[in-house]
Amino acid sequence: MIAAVELTDVVVKYDDVTALDGATLTLHAGEALGIVGPNGSGKSTLLKSVAGLLRPSSGHLCVFGESPLALKAGSIAYVPQVEAIDWSFPATVSDVVSMARFPRLRFYQRFQVRDREIVGRALEAVNMRDLADRQIAQLSGGQQQRAFVARAIAQEPRLLLLDEPTTGVDAATEEALRLVIRSLVGEGLPVLMTTHDLDRAADWFDRLMVLDRRVLAIGAPGDVLDSGAYSAIREHAHTHGHLRSDIAR
Amino acid sequence: MESLLAPFQYDFMQRAFVAALLVGVLCSTMGTYVILRKLAFIGDGIAHASFAGIVIAYLRGIDYYFGAAVVAVVTALGIGFVHRRGKISLDTTIGVLFTGAFALGIFLMSRQRNYAIDLESFLFGDILSVGRRDLLTIVVLGLVVALLTVVLYRGLLYTSFDPIVAQASGIDAGALEYALLVMLAFTIIISLQAVGIVLVAALLVTPAAAAYQLTTRFARMMALSAFFGAVCAVGGLYLSYFLRSSSGATIVLVATVLFFAAIGVKQLKRRLARRA
Repeated sequence: MIAAVELTDVVVKYDDVTALDGATLTLHAGEALGIVGPNGSGKSTLLKSVAGLLRPSSGHLCVFGESPLALKAGSIAYVPQVEAIDWSFPATVSDVVSMARFPRLRFYQRFQVRDREIVGRALEAVNMRDLADRQIAQLSGGQQQRAFVARAIAQEPRLLLLDEPTTGVDAATEEALRLVIRSLVGEGLPVLMTTHDLDRAADWFDRLMVLDRRVLAIGAPGDVLDSGAYSAIREHAHTHGHLRSDIAR
Repeated sequence: MESLLAPFQYDFMQRAFVAALLVGVLCSTMGTYVILRKLAFIGDGIAHASFAGIVIAYLRGIDYYFGAAVVAVVTALGIGFVHRRGKISLDTTIGVLFTGAFALGIFLMSRQRNYAIDLESFLFGDILSVGRRDLLTIVVLGLVVALLTVVLYRGLLYTSFDPIVAQASGIDAGALEYALLVMLAFTIIISLQAVGIVLVAALLVTPAAAAYQLTTRFARMMALSAFFGAVCAVGGLYLSYFLRSSSGATIVLVATVLFFAAIGVKQLKRRLARRA
């Protein structure tokens, strides 16, 4: 079986700065892989490379056995951090989630009943059906995050990439998102997600990866958290103060 | 009654009204993207740069539109390239490029002993001099832009809201940006005769900015902006006939008044909503 995502010695550079330095990993269908690491460790860079937004300067990167750019439109859904967007854009929640269907539609094709149903189900999945007609500028941070996840679901992707979807959301929203994403993983969707939250890693992920420009450890969340790699980045986080579990303690 | 219809009895006025209507609708439709993608400065830059093309075309005895079109499209694509690849910030690039091209136009013009007056009409617009051929150019280029607007509607909408996620989902955000800049260049070129280089930026920004105050949906904003553009262009031209004022300036002033009226309506709606 072809791996969903396969990286071999991937190096990504921004000008002279090396953001990823020889990352190697494999992600299979029906698996959720969590990525932890301090700020600037290359977590977002890794996701963007897999999404085809950044090109590795060396190494081998395949999504379903192909370059991410060669995949059919709509294959990869990427959920960025919500701050990346101008929320005063004239659109409702339903408008934003509907955009997920655009890659599949030709200009002369109308938005079908089926598309509308998929959008409705995606809103339902994140508990936002009653907010469908709300102007996006009026959403709270947690609602914005849920709207983005709903958009990703409505895309019906083959691979889901999430960049810290739990940052700044309340516990109820986080749990709602976790249930939605775990059920998608249960249906066979491969998921790659960055997080700062180590405490619940075992509930979220099948495997956990510690990244600091290179992969320091990868494996079952419990094993990784007990390993030296985890305490190494904890030390790092202590001096830089980024990891939420450290702040909580 | 007869005096109210007076502007419409002349051939040149009829052509001017048709041109104003087309230019007003086109500029303000594109204006929706200009506002939401924050391209106002780019529009101004393309318009100023095209002045060099007009002067070169004039000196060489080539068609004005052709000269302006070549320079405008090249400038638009150049700005797009720098925007995506460049290490220099976008506003710096536009600032340097467009003032440079504009100065080149003035420089070339100033070296001519007896430079023609109609170059000035491109600075401030002279819609009353729109001939049959001009009108045909406006209609043809306008149709090209309108067709592209329909074909690229979803892609441009998605990449205006969230270019990164759109790109990740397989939409070519880069190609769409270049396409939009070319559409913008065409729109600006056919607007030059109506409102002129100096005022075209206003027609690209003001009606859409007014529409933005009054709606929270993209498609409605675009439709409302097109309607405002038509009202400003036709209304401004009509008023200019009776006020004996510059048509380009009057059109832009009507748009400005409309913008402040839209802000007023928004405030009023907010207050009524709070009371209810």
